[in-house]
Amino acid sequence: MPIRVEGLSYIYNAGQPMEKLALNNVSLAIEDGEFIGLIGHTGSGKSTLVQHLNGLLKPTKGRIYLDGVDIHSKEITLRSVRQQVGMVFQYPEYQLFGETVFEDVAFGPKNMGVPEHQLAERVEWALNLVGLDIGLKDRSPFELSGGQKRKVAIAGVIAMQPRILILDEPTAGLDPKGRDEVLSLVSRLHQEEKTTIILVSHSMEDIARLATRLVVMANGEIVLEGTPEAVFQHADYLERIGLGVPQMKKLLQALQEQGFDVHPDHYTIEAAEGEIVKILETK
Amino acid sequence: MAMMRNITIGQYIPGESVIHRLDPRTKIIATFLYIVLLFLVNTFSGYACSALLILLAVALSRLPIKYILRGIRPLAFIIILTLSLHFFMTEGHVIFQVGFLKVTQEGVVRGLMMVSRLVLLVVGTSILTLTTSPILLTDGIESLLKPLKGLGVPAHELAMMMTIALRFIPTLIEETEKIMKAQMARGADFESGNIFQRAKSLIPILIPLFINAFRRADDLAVAMEARGYRGGEGRTRFRVLRFTYKDVVALIFVAVFVVVVSIYF
Amino acid sequence: MAEALIKFTDVSFSYSADSPQEFEALTGINLEIEAGEFVAVLGHNGSGKSTLAKHINALLVPTAGNVVVAGIDTRDFDRVWEIRQNVGMVFQNPDNQLVATTVEEDVAFGPENLGIPTPEIHRRVDEALELVGMNEFRLRSPHQLSGGQKQRVAIAGMIAMRPRCIVLDEPTAMLDPVGRQEVMDTVLKLNRQEGITIVLITHAMEEAILADRIVVMEEGRVVLTGVPRAVFSQVETLTQLRLDVPQVTALANRLRQRGYDQIPNNILTIEEMVNVLCQLE
Repeated sequence: MPIRVEGLSYIYNAGQPMEKLALNNVSLAIEDGEFIGLIGHTGSGKSTLVQHLNGLLKPTKGRIYLDGVDIHSKEITLRSVRQQVGMVFQYPEYQLFGETVFEDVAFGPKNMGVPEHQLAERVEWALNLVGLDIGLKDRSPFELSGGQKRKVAIAGVIAMQPRILILDEPTAGLDPKGRDEVLSLVSRLHQEEKTTIILVSHSMEDIARLATRLVVMANGEIVLEGTPEAVFQHADYLERIGLGVPQMKKLLQALQEQGFDVHPDHYTIEAAEGEIVKILETK
Repeated sequence: MAMMRNITIGQYIPGESVIHRLDPRTKIIATFLYIVLLFLVNTFSGYACSALLILLAVALSRLPIKYILRGIRPLAFIIILTLSLHFFMTEGHVIFQVGFLKVTQEGVVRGLMMVSRLVLLVVGTSILTLTTSPILLTDGIESLLKPLKGLGVPAHELAMMMTIALRFIPTLIEETEKIMKAQMARGADFESGNIFQRAKSLIPILIPLFINAFRRADDLAVAMEARGYRGGEGRTRFRVLRFTYKDVVALIFVAVFVVVVSIYF
Repeated sequence: MAEALIKFTDVSFSYSADSPQEFEALTGINLEIEAGEFVAVLGHNGSGKSTLAKHINALLVPTAGNVVVAGIDTRDFDRVWEIRQNVGMVFQNPDNQLVATTVEEDVAFGPENLGIPTPEIHRRVDEALELVGMNEFRLRSPHQLSGGQKQRVAIAGMIAMRPRCIVLDEPTAMLDPVGRQEVMDTVLKLNRQEGITIVLITHAMEEAILADRIVVMEEGRVVLTGVPRAVFSQVETLTQLRLDVPQVTALANRLRQRGYDQIPNNILTIEEMVNVLCQLE
């Protein structure tokens, strides 16, 4: 079991007037090869949770285990944790600094001790994976388009070859084309590189399409957890805590309320099509 | 990082006291007069009178004493340095001697004077910033500098710069934290190595920070232009500063006090 | 018919004109926007949407052709400020457009620039904050607000200038679903209740379907324009342009492709789809 979170609590500004309980006794286990969709509205604690998984924040209470080892114990360095658990922050292109794309993408692997002569190969591999032309590697990242910058930033994390990759709203601010490219890249990493993915997102449609398991957070706690079908059954509750439900799920639910014989647990457009064809066939 | 969050610019403590409600210009002028006084008097009784004025202001402002004392703490090093320099380096009547170090009477007197002056200066100005919000302070400075526009003092521009700085400091602090975390997630280490290695490790933070600040400045300039901004000319103000009789009383009191004390002491 | 509020005639615009980096961002745009209309502009990044938006309040002026706003040519340099008073603009990044250290002062910034007397500024600030529902936050500083709240303050800042038109350049792109809803509710209120002309640049289809008219841009040209129902019925064209269509619309299209012609091709909402299916007998 690669990641296990046990009884994690975190207080921001502990001991000060602005003290805030951001996580309250959260426990979670993530298996190899899972694709977790982490949802919750702003301030629900999801960003705080993921920042604990690679040791960027230290728990006020509770423990985080990576392959059974407490990440804050002497048995493992935080650097090694951060190599294994990669993290792409929101708007990662605003953290680019390299004079060239190469320098930026090589930053992580270099810090992780990848030898100089392997760097070129590593960078090319990462650029290739995110779908950027290798020819861009000598360009300044700041000359690239918004979508390309984001891909360079993601490549910079992938180049460390993490086993587990956390992405915080990786499609925020992109146009539909950019969004589709980033999501298909994430899905490729999951399927081809067998990377465990934790995707933080507001978009139920995206999450529903990709994730194998959903974790829903509200007020610093995990409130729902399970397969997308299981979680979306609580459609009313999700809307009450400020989250959406995939449109197709809503459609099928509305049809069921009208007395149609449809299976309301689907949430993809393909499945909804199948259900409606059933209706049309009987008419 | 948590420390950065705690720096509140100007250290303003909101309140409803008489001092809080004075026009910022009154407080700036009064502070200025008080500073002049500190440089005019050079006797202990003169400093004692100045301290009296400050104590009166503190009492009226109802500020907790600890905030005022907190302002002095960072000065401890300078106070000790000033004292020892004066104690040991001044020629004159020797009070006692340890090895080659001589402490003179003149030295002790001058040292204590300098320190009194320093402490009174810091406490006096901190009353201004503790009781006046940065916004009002900016307005006050702009208004007081306006008559100097003819001499080429860019009063409005300075005030605008201060406002924008105040507006964006929290944003930039947040951004710094975020960039640091992002680079730490890529294995950056800001804590080990010698001073050169540490300085070098800041590059991945400073470059994005600067680039983002320029981008923000660019966006902000366009947004301001879109909102009809074209400099201070012809601008009206949302908040108009107004002198009341209290301001007049306060100013006359401080002015008379300063004149009398500087003549008699 | 009265003259349109905003009129683009054969507008072309190049960045860095007459230099080797010259880049034509707009090509031969003809577009009229009536007073009181709500127009959504779609197109992927680099299609010229933002450039178009900046022409409406004379932040950019055409390289060829002309833009007339409220009867004023945007190239009339002496009347630029009149145009900016008439056309407010809200940008994508909520952090980079608020100037002042408190909400109320930020809203006052525009009227201050217009030289409006102080008591009137206060009235306008009160009104504008009330309209966007941010009155209780008037003494907060911008960094204490959520993204959606910041955008509402930015909108209030425009309203306080009493513009006839507000241009919003992807105002919800950086917001969470709650923030998006807040901003869209405000935009609709301004249009329906206050009669302010709205030009909304967006990627989000659920926002675009609320508009009276949609303009689709690609490579600096207007490629499609019409009421949302008509535009979204062209699923193939939109997909080719790599734009989204609402999922129900896409679903309707798939069903039609399977030969179910009884499903109309212009369904935009879940309710419409349910109604259609209910009425099939």
